[in-house]
Order: sequence, then structure tokens, then C-alpha cells
Amino acid sequence: MAKTLSDLLPSAPDSGCSELATTLKSALDYDQLTNCMRCGFCLPACPTFRETGIEAESPRGRIALMKAVADGLMDPDEAFETQMNHCLGCRACEPACPADVKYGQLLEQARDSVEKHTTTHRWWVKAARKTAFDGLFPHQNRMRLLGGALQMYQKTGLRKLVRGAGLMKMFPAHMREMEAILPDASYKGVVEQIGAFHPAKGERIATVGLFRGCIMDVLFTETNKHTVELLNEAGFDVVIPESQNCCGALHAHSGEQDGAKALAKGNIAAFKAAGVDWIASNAGGCGALLVEYDHLLHDDAQWKQDAAWCATRTIDVSKLLVEHGRLQSAAQAAVAAGAGSMVGSGASIGGANNGSRSGVPASAPAAVSAISPHGHAAASGGCGGSCSGGLGFASDEKVRITYQDSCHLRNVMRSSEAPRKLMRSVANAEFVELAEADRCCGSAGIYNLTQPQMAGQILDHKMEHVKHTGAQYLLTSNPGCLLQMKNGIEKHGMSGQMEALHLVDFLHERICGKH
Amino acid sequence: MIHFPFHYPFILKGELYMLQQAVAGKLRAIVGAQWFKDDPESLITHSYDGTPMLQTLPDGVVYPENTAQVSEIIKVLQEHRVPVVSRGSGTNLCGGTVPVQGGVVMVMHRMNRILEVDLENLTATVQPGLNTKAFITHVEGLGLFYPPDPSSMAISTIGGNIAECSGGLRGLKYGTTKDYVIGLEAVLANGEIIRTGGKLMKDVAGYDLTKLLVGSEGTLAVITEATLKLIPPPKTKKTMLAMYKDLYGAARTVSKIIESRIIPATLEFLDNPTIRVVDDFAKLGLPLDMDAILLIEQDGDAETVDRDIARIAEICAGENAERVSIAADEAEALKLLTARRSAFTALARLRPTTILEDATVPRSKIADMVLAINDIAKRHGVTICTFGHAGDGNLHPTATTDARDANEIHRVEEAFAEIFEAAIALGGTITGEHGVGLVKAPYLEWKVGAAGIEVMKAIKHSFDPNNILNPGKMFAKSARKRVVLHRG
Repeated sequence: MAKTLSDLLPSAPDSGCSELATTLKSALDYDQLTNCMRCGFCLPACPTFRETGIEAESPRGRIALMKAVADGLMDPDEAFETQMNHCLGCRACEPACPADVKYGQLLEQARDSVEKHTTTHRWWVKAARKTAFDGLFPHQNRMRLLGGALQMYQKTGLRKLVRGAGLMKMFPAHMREMEAILPDASYKGVVEQIGAFHPAKGERIATVGLFRGCIMDVLFTETNKHTVELLNEAGFDVVIPESQNCCGALHAHSGEQDGAKALAKGNIAAFKAAGVDWIASNAGGCGALLVEYDHLLHDDAQWKQDAAWCATRTIDVSKLLVEHGRLQSAAQAAVAAGAGSMVGSGASIGGANNGSRSGVPASAPAAVSAISPHGHAAASGGCGGSCSGGLGFASDEKVRITYQDSCHLRNVMRSSEAPRKLMRSVANAEFVELAEADRCCGSAGIYNLTQPQMAGQILDHKMEHVKHTGAQYLLTSNPGCLLQMKNGIEKHGMSGQMEALHLVDFLHERICGKH
Repeated sequence: MIHFPFHYPFILKGELYMLQQAVAGKLRAIVGAQWFKDDPESLITHSYDGTPMLQTLPDGVVYPENTAQVSEIIKVLQEHRVPVVSRGSGTNLCGGTVPVQGGVVMVMHRMNRILEVDLENLTATVQPGLNTKAFITHVEGLGLFYPPDPSSMAISTIGGNIAECSGGLRGLKYGTTKDYVIGLEAVLANGEIIRTGGKLMKDVAGYDLTKLLVGSEGTLAVITEATLKLIPPPKTKKTMLAMYKDLYGAARTVSKIIESRIIPATLEFLDNPTIRVVDDFAKLGLPLDMDAILLIEQDGDAETVDRDIARIAEICAGENAERVSIAADEAEALKLLTARRSAFTALARLRPTTILEDATVPRSKIADMVLAINDIAKRHGVTICTFGHAGDGNLHPTATTDARDANEIHRVEEAFAEIFEAAIALGGTITGEHGVGLVKAPYLEWKVGAAGIEVMKAIKHSFDPNNILNPGKMFAKSARKRVVLHRG
């Protein structure tokens, strides 16, 4: 009864094999497929498996499907494509995997292959993809034009007209919901508004290049400006290289590898030329691709080395502040803000901020060690004398805050503690942990637009947990998650009691001694 | 004959039933069209479980919603003599839920409710598809304790745990799944529904069918409901780590602790190759020249725990432990536990294929068993690291290998055959908690003997005369020839 592999094949493997199967066979990393030992430890981490209970909707199931195609056991059909698209790409399965299978890479290889052969996109989806991926995201000036158009729509009364005339009813419900919560767009990006160089307050610890992001810079320009200020206050020079572009994440996650690679090279060149020590990201989704540029360009001999440089120097703004910045503990901030008795959780921030700045952290780039090893430099500017210990945060009123992890920040950049340390450091704020904060909110890039049903289901479960926190502020570290959280708050009728904010904006509003 | 257990190319195809459309139609009528699937994606994703190198396609997958549907499904499949493999999350390590003869895989995930927690009798009645960890968390919230804790509990189901009689780290003091199942509802091969046991702490009415079904690996009936015993949780817990330069010192410590009438909640063991791998992975700064590490936990009343831990520390010192550290608080305890918890993860990253076995010996024979394993691995030129539950004699010799290397896989297979033989020679067994399934079927006779096999087969026949319930498991078509151990 034992049959060999070839006995199993429905027909001779080479004859009946579709073009997509051939592409997948060469694209999928067979070593990674083999490394999956099918222990099933990833299943509870997977949002789509949790929602459906169906094995094919789990990482183990999806890898089995990919392997079946690679083994010639199955011809990839429409159901295969659907299954690959159903994955959120949140990559919560990766930290859960004992064997360290690079699921995200396998998924991108599969999606890239599917995209090359797909027959399922309708003409208008293809057109929209082409416009967005080739004509829009790669060109920051066009993104700004779009931002301008959006701003005009929002500000001139056109939105009122459209909504009043019921034109939004032409769109599906999930598109209407997103339209309603879009923040005010800006046609002027962060550089146009405040310039490209911003010196550190006090002694310079290192030079940081801000990754501004394409969507971030149109819809969340204020967040970018606030990021610059936080970094300055904590002791970093900030430069914003103007020639940087979209990170390429939306391309990479949608099966447009070539587009992603071209964008990666543009960014690497921009930051290399700017001579920065760190590349700070304030969007988990973008940062996660930047830290994987080395993988994206691993077979490009010319770019490989610089890509690795970019990958190791990219860091989330929270982690940069906590591990390398000049920060105060909650207690210090409370004293500085004259609110000594109202310290939140009272936790002090770990990392390198305690004690003298003379010890440059081992992981800091070489350029940093050139800085003369003084002790605490007296801060100048907004902080006044009270913040000489560095950047601190205090809330005027007692507030309760909670936090939804950005999946890519947590699972790919592997930073979950730094944002929490920052939140705990805010005097007069009580941080409460959101149950299942580590679980995807359903935003997942453009997933909430392409898979509205599953995204909606996941969001509903998320909002139940959110309600339980009783928090006034729901903070996140990624624009997609932020929009989804705003959407959820709106949808669940909680807009009176709760506001969703980017962590950076929340902190900026509470810089001690500044407001 | 299936050449087993390790064979490359390793994908087997069941005897192709190609479910008659009539059967598929009847199943759809029972569960609704969306809960019976026979598309290629569903078949592929139900062709494996947590066991390396096994894959066989079923002919259909069905997701029943309640006991009545299970009964109807079984009747249809019995009528057409179609094999049925009932399963939870498919994480077992013995090939127990690979549909080797094709047929229908019955996934119990939709039957996942806690039907009742009886606070007067301290019992819980649950459906089989209930997630183990969710259940444990739920009862802990009520101030109660369900001890069986297989390492797959974050994803495994109670039904799967019952079918395999799962163990875990707490088995030494608290027993395994069989000690907590006191009543069952099950569907027999003819579709009849039986109930066994109940919320009863004593019950000798006839043969103990409850215990018979626990660990029966889906070969006797389909479990549709279980009544579980709950106990009060221990009040406090303390954790310690002891390191040894001499394996026998560690082994003697295990025996001495038991001999001193102390039963720790956890008594785990890591051998030198495992320590090296774990340290390389988790960077815990473990001393690499140690031959063995023991991780010990005691729980109970604060006073008893303190006294036991102090006494255990004395015993460790008396047996020449190089270092003994007692965790000061929860955080430090977690750190100590990290070494043990990282073992599987660290080993799994070494090579593409990880084969984890669970040979078990009387706990006084731990040292002999570890030495035998090391010797066998060396002779066969394979890497086997050993860790496990020393306190109950249940070791996990783990081979790190590559399924694509037929030659090496053959040597691993030979080494494991000798390890099973060695365990039996020491008065042990071929499997302590993973089950027989497909992988250990050829060795079952070594443990239970020809007469034992005959009586087990007779039991199987009386429950399932047409052999439709998880066929091909537990009993091999022919037993493996016993290896002769080279001692010396």
C-alpha cells in the first residue's frame, strides 16, 4: 500500500501542471516549507483560524497547501488563491513557531506568484491596483496631490454635498465607514511644513533619519511633526531625507515584489546619503518592511550590503526613545509637572536613560561613539529647567489609557515592551492592558478593504475587549491600526467616551513642561 | 504493507475510496452543505497531524455540530463501510489522526462548549472540541484546578487529550488525563449513543468503560461529551534549579526525593546536549560543562512548600549538585522555567525535522535510560537530545534530523527501535503519553506481548466489527522484529 510520491499525482507532474504551479514551485522556499513540522502551535495565534476553526485558514494549513503545490500534489486553483488572500499577514504565527519558520516570506512568495498569474481580479480591481501601486504610492508628490484633493473634498463642503446627496450609498458599507473616519488630509508633507533638519535639545546623542511614510505624510502629517519633536526633546538630531519614498509594504504584501524592491532601493540610497545613525519609523507596517530590506534584496549583489545596513539601523520611535533617548521616569515627570502624588503606575523607564549618557549602548552605531561623553546636558528650549533629566510626560487630568499592538511592530520588529514603558512613564495616566492586544485588529494594510467580512468580524471581537478596559484613550503605533480603531469606536457607538490616537500624538500632547 | 514508521518519500495515499456521491450527499444533508468539504484544500489540510513525515489524503472532512449529528454521520459511514477519523486540532505525535486508509475526517471543533461547571460536585461537563487552555483558564477563574497540561494545550482539545490520554508537566503529582475523566458520552460504531460513569467518585457498575475509552485513540468510539473532575488549586508554588556535573547525581536526586516521600509538582530533566542547544538559543548563561539540570517545583500550603523545597535543596547538595538556585519570586521562577520551556523550541530549530519520542521507565532507572540513549545515538551516528519529566520516568529523546536524508532517517529509525527495546528492558514502556497511533504500532507487541495484542484486538472487534473507526492505528499488520541490544 505504500505509494511513492509519483503514484499520488493525479497525472504526470510536468504535463498537467499549470503555469501558476510552475511559478510557485520555483518561488517558494522549499527549506522553509520543510521546516514546518506541523506541531500546530501557530493555530491559536492565528486570527483567521480563531474566527473560523478551519485548518485551511491557519498558518499550518496554508503552509501545507503551499507545500502540496510545491510537491506537485495539488494544482493551485481559485480556492488556493482565496486562501492566500484571506491571510491577514499579521505574522503573529512567527513568534509562536518553535521551528522559526519564516511564514511572512512564504506568504509573500505565494502571493507574488499568484499575482503574476491571477485571473480572478476584475478589470477595475486591476486598474485600481495599477494606479495605486505604479502611479501613486511610489511618487510622494502625487501622494501629496491626492492629499490636496482629499483635503479639498473634506474642507470645501464637497464632502457635505456628497454625503447629503446620498452619493456615499453607492459605495459598499465598509468603504463608507472608512470614508467617515479618514483624518483631515494635508497636501503639504512634514518637510514642506517644518523643513528637513531639526537639531537635538541639549547634547546630541545621535542623528536620526525620520521615515515619514507615504500615507503617514498625507493623512498623519501632524504625527510626523510630533515624532520629530519627541526625538529632538530626547536628544536626537533629526533629518528627513527628501528623496525617500513609500516603503513598499503594500506592494510586498500584495504580491508586487518588483515594485517593492525598487522602492526599497530608493529609501536605502536616501538614508545612506543622509549619513544617519538610526532610521526612525512611527508606523509599524512600514518599519517592518524596512527591517526586512535585507531579505527583500538578498539576491541583489549590488544592494545586499546596504540593505542589511538599512535593516539593522531601522528602529521604531518608541524603542529608540526608550533604549537610547534621554527620558524621565514617571516619578520624575510627575515632580517636574508638579503632580508628585499622582504618578500612574510609577514604573521607571528601563534602558540606557538611567545614569550617565557617557556609556554608549553597545548596539548603538559606531558614529555615536564619537560624541563626547558628558553627563546629562542641561536641556534647553521648551522643557525649562525642570526637565533637565530629559523628555518626560505628564497628563493634566487623570486618564486611563490602553494600547492595541501593531502586529508588524510586535511580530516583525519584535517591539512590544517599549511602547508600554512609554505609556507607563506618563505621570497621572493609568495604563491598562487590553485583552488580546497582541491580536490583529483586522486592518492589516488594505485587508479591511479587500476582505471586509472577515475584517469586520475580527474588529467586532476586538471592540468587545476595548470596551472592557474603560479607557479614555486607545493608542496604537501604526496608521492602519489607528484608522481601524477609529472605525471600531465609531461603529460601536463609543465615540463619546473614547478616542483613538497614535501613541506619538498622545505623548506629544503631554510633554512635561511644554504645554 | 506500510513500511513504517519512517520512510521517504513519506507521503502515503489512503486506499482511495472516492466517496460515492451518495455518501457525500447524505453527509451534507446531516450537517448542511458548508460543513462537509471534499475540495482539494480541505483534503490536503486534513492529511497530517503533528507527527513528522506522515501524510495521507482523506476523501472528505465533516464538522458535526452535536451528538445527534455524530450519530447520524457514523450510521451513514457504517452503512457504506467508510473509515472515519475523529480529531480535535491534530497535534498528536503518534500519527494518531492521519487518515491512513482515507475515508472521512471528523473535526470536533464546532462542539466546543462548556456545558456546566458543577460547583457542588466540583465537576465540569464539556464538549470534546473545547480548547484545553480555554478550559483551564475558565475553571481557574472559578477558583478551581484542572491539572493535565500537555505542552500543546494552547491549541489541543479536551477530546483529543482524552483520546490520547495526554500527560504533561504536572503528571507526577497530579496524574494525567485518565485521572480526571469520570464520565463520557460516546457514539459507537453502529451510531448508538452510550453514557459511561457520571459525576461519581465511586462507580463499579460493570467494566470501567470510561477508562477504556480514555486513550483509545479514536479506535473504539467517538467521544461527544466528557465529565471531568476538578480539584482545589494549590495555594502557593516555589521553583528551583539544580545543576550536576554527574548524571548519576541528578538521577539519584530524583530517586532520593521520591524516597523521602516528597512528590514535587514538577521534576524536569535536561541532559547535556539539550543544555547546550538551549543555551545557544535562549542565552541563559547555563554552564555547558554540566551533565544534567533538574528543574523542580513544589506547590501546596506555604509552610509545606517551604519545608519541601528546603529538604529538596539539601538532597541536591548531598548528591553533589554543583549549584542550586531557588527562585525568589514569580519572575525568577519564570526565568528558571525558561530553560525547560525552550528545550523543544531550541531543538526544533537545529535541523528541519524533529522527532520527539516518549519512552518511559521506572523513575529509579532514569540515569540508565539516559546513558542507554546516548550510547545508542552515538552508535547510529545520529543526534538525540534528551529532556523530559524525570519525576515520572517519562523522557523525551528527541532526534534532530532531515526528512530528505533517507539514509539518516533510516539510522534514526533503527536508533529509536533500540531505545524502545532499552526502555522495555528496564521495565519501561514504548510510550508514556503520546500514544501508539501509527508510529508505535509495530512496537506495541514488545510491550504488551502476543496475548496482550490478542485481547486488545478482541476488544477492538467487539466495539467496531467492521473496522471503520480510525483503522490502521494501534495494531500493525505485523510486529517489528525485535532488535538485539548491543550492551557493553
